[in-house]
Order: sequence, then C-alpha cells, then structure tokens
Amino acid sequence: MPKPILTIKNLTKTYGQNVIFQNLDLTVNEGDTIVIIGPSGTGKSTLLRCVNLLTRPNEGQIWLDDLEITAKGTDEDQVRQHIGMVFQNFLLFNHLTALGNVKLGLTRVKHLSDEEATEKALHELSRVGLADRADHYPGQLSGGQQQRVGIARALAMDPRVMLFDEPTSALDPELIGEVLEVMRKLALDGMTMLVVTHEMGFAREVADRIVFMEKGYIVEEGSPDEMFNHPKFDRTREFLWKITELYGKKEKEAE
Amino acid sequence: MDFGQFLSYIASGTVYTVGVTLIALPAGLLIGTILALFYVYGGKAAARVMNLYSTIFRGIPPVVLLFILFFAVSKGINLSAFWAGSLSLGVVSSAYQMEIVRGALLSVSGDQLMAARAVGLSRMQAIRYVVLPQAVRLAIPPWSNEAAIVIKDSSLVYALGVPEILRRAQLIGASSQQYLLAYLSAAVIYFLLVSLTTRMLNHLEQKLSIPSNP
Ligand SMILES: Nc1ncnc2c1ncn2[C@@H]1O[C@H](COP(=O)(O)OP(=O)(O)OP(=O)(O)O)[C@@H](O)[C@H]1O
Ligand SMILES: [Mg+2]
Repeated sequence: MPKPILTIKNLTKTYGQNVIFQNLDLTVNEGDTIVIIGPSGTGKSTLLRCVNLLTRPNEGQIWLDDLEITAKGTDEDQVRQHIGMVFQNFLLFNHLTALGNVKLGLTRVKHLSDEEATEKALHELSRVGLADRADHYPGQLSGGQQQRVGIARALAMDPRVMLFDEPTSALDPELIGEVLEVMRKLALDGMTMLVVTHEMGFAREVADRIVFMEKGYIVEEGSPDEMFNHPKFDRTREFLWKITELYGKKEKEAE
Repeated sequence: MDFGQFLSYIASGTVYTVGVTLIALPAGLLIGTILALFYVYGGKAAARVMNLYSTIFRGIPPVVLLFILFFAVSKGINLSAFWAGSLSLGVVSSAYQMEIVRGALLSVSGDQLMAARAVGLSRMQAIRYVVLPQAVRLAIPPWSNEAAIVIKDSSLVYALGVPEILRRAQLIGASSQQYLLAYLSAAVIYFLLVSLTTRMLNHLEQKLSIPSNP
C-alpha cells in the first residue's frame, strides 16, 4: 500500500483576476519521483511555491503526511523545514561559502552545534560530490556546482519531499549532466521528489509518473511509458514531441 | 604668536569635530537602519510614514533642522551643546542613512529572502542572517559618502557654540586678523579627516568583499 507524503486537493490559486489553476488534485507517494511538464506560464512554479507555503493558495488543501499544512495557524517555518526546495537560478546565499550555505539551516533552524552542523554539511556536500569545494563562495563555483550546493542545502534538512523548479534550465548544456546525475542518485536512494523539468531523458528514466499541466489544468498523468508511447490526448503527444525535439536539438548542439 | 601655536589652536578643535562625528554617524546609522527595516518589511502604512520622514528631513537644510532639534531637545532635557548638537546631527543624517540602508536591503531582498525561508528560517532570521550581511556590504560605498558629509556638516555645530575646528578658526582669525590663513588651515584639517575616513572605508569594503572568480 503506497503511503502518500504529499496530498493536494482542490487547490486554487489566483493573482487578482488571473486564475492560475483551479481545483487541482495531485498525490505524491513515498519514494516517488513525479515530473511535472507543461508550457511556460501554466502555473508549475506557482504550484511548487504553494506546496512550500511561499505563496498561499486561495482554496483547497495540502497535506504533508497527515498534517494539513494549509490549515489556519500552521507554523509555516516548521513546515518548510520538512520540504526541500531547489530553484532554477540556484539562489545560494552569496555571502556564505558552500559549507556556510548548507550549515545555515542546520545551526539556525535545527539548532545543531557548530561542530555537528559542519559534520552534517560536509556529508551532504560529499553526497553531491563537492566536499572539496566546501570553502568556495558561490561566485567561485560553476553553475552546475552552485546547483549541487543548492541541492545539498535542501537535503541537509532531511526533508520529507524535495521540490525542484527547473533545476537545470539556467545551466549551460555541458553542466546539466552533473546535476541530473545527483538527482537520479537521489531518486534511487528513495527520496520523494516533485520535479518541474523539461529534461525528457531524465523524465523517461527516473519518473514514476509524469504530469502534463497546461493552462492551470492537469491534462494527463501517467507512467513514462503511457505518456511517451500511448498518451490519451493529442495535446500530450504534441507537447512531448515538441519538447523532445527542442531539447534534443540542444543536446546535439552541446556535443 | 607663531604659526605653530596658531595652527595647534585650530587643530585642537579636531577633538570636537571627531567627537561630534563619532556620535552623529553611529546614531544616524542606528536610527536609519531601524527605520529602513520598517520601511522595507513593515508593510504599507509603515512605508508611508518612513517615506514622509525621509522627504521632510531631506527637504530642509541641515542647519535649520539642527537649530530646531537643538532648541527642542535642550528645552526638554538639560544637555550640553556638544551632545545636543551631535545627536541632532545624527537625526538629520538618519534620513539619508535610512535611504542608503533601504536601497541596499531592497537590492538583496526578494529571492535571497525566499531561499532563506525555503530552508525554514523565520522572516526575522532570514533578514538577520541572509539579507543584512549582504546589504551591509552594498551599503559601504554610499555610506562612505554620507560619512564624509557628516564630517563636513559637523562644522554646523559651531553655530551652537561648540569650539570645534571652524569655530576656533573664526575666533583666532578675528583676534589675529589672519582670516584667510585661519580658514585655509581649517579647510586642510577637514580635508585630511575626510580623506582619511574615505580611505579607511575603502579598505573595509575590500576586506569584506565576497570572493568570486571573474
Ligand atoms: N507574484 C505573482 N503575481 C502575479 N502573477 C503571477 C505571480 N507569479 C506568477 N504569476 C503569473 O502566474 C502565471 C503562472 O506562472 P508560473 O511561474 O507558475 O508558470 P510556470 O508554469 O512556472 O512557467 P515557466 O515555465 O515560465 O516557469 C503566469 O501567468 C504568471 O504571470
Ligand atoms: Mg516556472
């Protein structure tokens, strides 16, 4: 019996008159990797931000395990500790070293001692292959390395689920691989992940389910095989074809 | 009286000039930083009040404000001219320093704040550990400018009778009838103070700069 970690029910988000999505349902089970795809402006980032309570949904509920995090009076800071977030543009803390970036949450949120935090942070950095860059500042790291530090920073909090918002789309093609490799390893280790990405190779290989979102609706979701080989809707087929074409070209250029 | 005595009489006012600056500048920084935090993070109403404060204080000549604050303050509490003048100057400077800190906060905030919240830091923690340390670095160059202005504006307390450099230059100029020499001496001392301060702050800026590869 799969255990849901994230349950989203009837989620609605509007900005003024602008309805971003309406009555959205999504369940993420323990250990699953869910890949969300869809055209620009569809509300994918907004959905992730709602899950992390970085913006408040207008209606609907979200449960993290058995806790309804959208309930009134929820301690947002408490909830965010258990949800890791990785951003498109990395958003490392510029004034801190790689080690400092990973340690901050450990010392200030988890209240570990400096020594314990350093040990844990170094462990997380070595998980993403960057132990030897611990004392480098973000400005001294490549984009791919920065993103891996970003992943280590989120992992250090021992989150229940990791959210990735287009983690490789700001990277030069030759740096994408190292980040996807870390994510692939994470998925294999059993981390629960919700990933917005257009890396179809990753989706095909790693995703348990692919969710196709368009204009605020989930058009279709299914296993990679279902989605790539016999999608129910033409829209899905068209989008997947377009995206594979587009990114396939990019990959060729990178070679 | 030889030139040595003449100059040392004026130069001994440096103690007051430096004293006034060392009170006014940190006082202005403290008030300015607190107000800037309210401005940026305190919601719309607070922002409006701070904007008003800034507009008014920056729209009046410092010397006029100095007189108003000085007489308002010394009516209420019994403060020496030195302290009242220094604190008043600090308040005048606070409006400018608020704008400096606000600009720095705004250019760091946003994404960095969001990333810190995503890790689980509270809003206060995110501001304290992520936004402020970066904002301080951005604020040093404009703040260096403001420090120079406060050193120069400290001459205004001469009007309150504090025997700082300008006041002494005026006195000794009158008694010796060597006005030009007196004021030139004062000018040189101010200039040295300002360039020394600017150089120190440049050094600080470099020391605090975040390493990065080109
Ligand atoms: N803070 C905001 N205020 C107003 N509108 C917003 C805000 N954030 C996002 N939107 C709007 O919400 C819609 C969905 O944006 P979102 O960033 O979630 O899309 P997305 O699917 O992530 O797109 P992309 O692939 O370009 O990242 C867009 O039309 C955007 O303009
Ligand atoms: Mg997005």
